[in-house]
Amino acid sequence: MHQPNSRSLADTLLKETASQTAGPYVHIGLALELAGLPPRDEEIGPQLAGDAAKGEPIELVGRVIDGNGDTVRDALLEAWQADADGEYQCQFDLAAPFNSFGRSAATAHNDGEWRFTTIKPGAVALADGRRMAPHVNLAIFARGINIQLQTRLYFDDETDANAACPILNAIESPTRRQTLIATRETREGRTCYRFDIRLQGEGETVFFDF
Amino acid sequence: MPYNDDTRFVPRDREWHPPAYAPGYKTSVARSPRQALVSLVAPTRSELAGPDFTRLRLGPHDNDLLLNFREDPALGGAAGLPIGERILLFGRVVDQFGKPVPQTLVEMWQANAGGRYRHQKDRYLAPLDPNFGGVGRCLTDADGWYRFRTIKPGPYPWPNDVNSWRPAHIHVSVMGPSISTRLITQMYFEGDPLIPLCPIVNTLRDPEAVATMTGRLDMARSRSMDCLAYRFDLVVRGAVQTYFENQG
Ligand SMILES: [Fe+3]
Repeated sequence: MHQPNSRSLADTLLKETASQTAGPYVHIGLALELAGLPPRDEEIGPQLAGDAAKGEPIELVGRVIDGNGDTVRDALLEAWQADADGEYQCQFDLAAPFNSFGRSAATAHNDGEWRFTTIKPGAVALADGRRMAPHVNLAIFARGINIQLQTRLYFDDETDANAACPILNAIESPTRRQTLIATRETREGRTCYRFDIRLQGEGETVFFDF
Repeated sequence: MPYNDDTRFVPRDREWHPPAYAPGYKTSVARSPRQALVSLVAPTRSELAGPDFTRLRLGPHDNDLLLNFREDPALGGAAGLPIGERILLFGRVVDQFGKPVPQTLVEMWQANAGGRYRHQKDRYLAPLDPNFGGVGRCLTDADGWYRFRTIKPGPYPWPNDVNSWRPAHIHVSVMGPSISTRLITQMYFEGDPLIPLCPIVNTLRDPEAVATMTGRLDMARSRSMDCLAYRFDLVVRGAVQTYFENQG
């Protein structure tokens, strides 16, 4: 890519405000009920899809696991995913059957298990017309995490789409690609995909810079 | 924001932000990846788009922490004002080109004047304030401005070093136009002697980066016989229009 003025551009740019950890009390601000605060009229929560949403209803569940193998019980997650047609619904509206954005938290209350109620996303198109395999972008915030970690959840029953996904294939190590694949299971009659996020060490989840 | 195939964000300067592994802040040691981040050379619609919260119904006092907790009917009619220095916290959200970011969601949370959070997990011996919740949110206006009315939080001790204290701070979260611009930070108060002692502040390597997290006393906006004002501008990643073929 030709960037003739990149040096001078960098000199004139304002620096981004620096990131700091969301800390252990992030719930007060972003997940009020988990802090023990009364929720306001409208809150951004873990339900992305209601009954009227088009697509296959699913749940996404998992844990965040630290470098010691222990479950993190103060993480906040943000999910961002396409609808069943592979389109992002950018206008967040709690009255709509589906929203592309949601928040969930792993706390002592849910034994460190975060969960989203959603539908399986469709395949999102790239600018050149190729399609990525269905996926959910996840951001992880917690005490001890100085800037959010960004990953993607893919689905283990999308073998062909996963094998062709340009983003999964951008991960050099095939072994590490596997850390982004959620496994389908049925729980109390509901379809869910389990996705444990390993922050460090063996099986460390792939995190992206973008 | 409406997604545009030609939009790219200025790459995040990972040397400017705190590193994942910052051993002076002990909790980061076991929570920091050891592998390199995988760089998306050509970010996709999944990273370039983001939620727009203009239809999120906000309450009339969602940005007024002096009033928004005591008014909850479930609380049995606590009717006083919170204890503490009354402050106006305001600022502008701009991108790295100085362009205002309108209608973006700014959220904040904080301890009370004694340094105690209204959180089930906070067991610090300072008391809760019956009139203070400690959470606020608002959308920036058409020119990128936001404002909150609150009290100045107190410093609090925390288990890191034998005697670590957090400087007074307000946690601030901003969405920006895309999930790529998402940012959570903390605002510190200009002149606080605890700032240079704080292991979390010191995860940053550059004093200029620390300066981006400092709220400045603004006497011109302070209100006589009412409150002091602190200005805290937020800078999120800049969007660039590109015109390259065959991207993605
Ligand atoms: Fe704090």
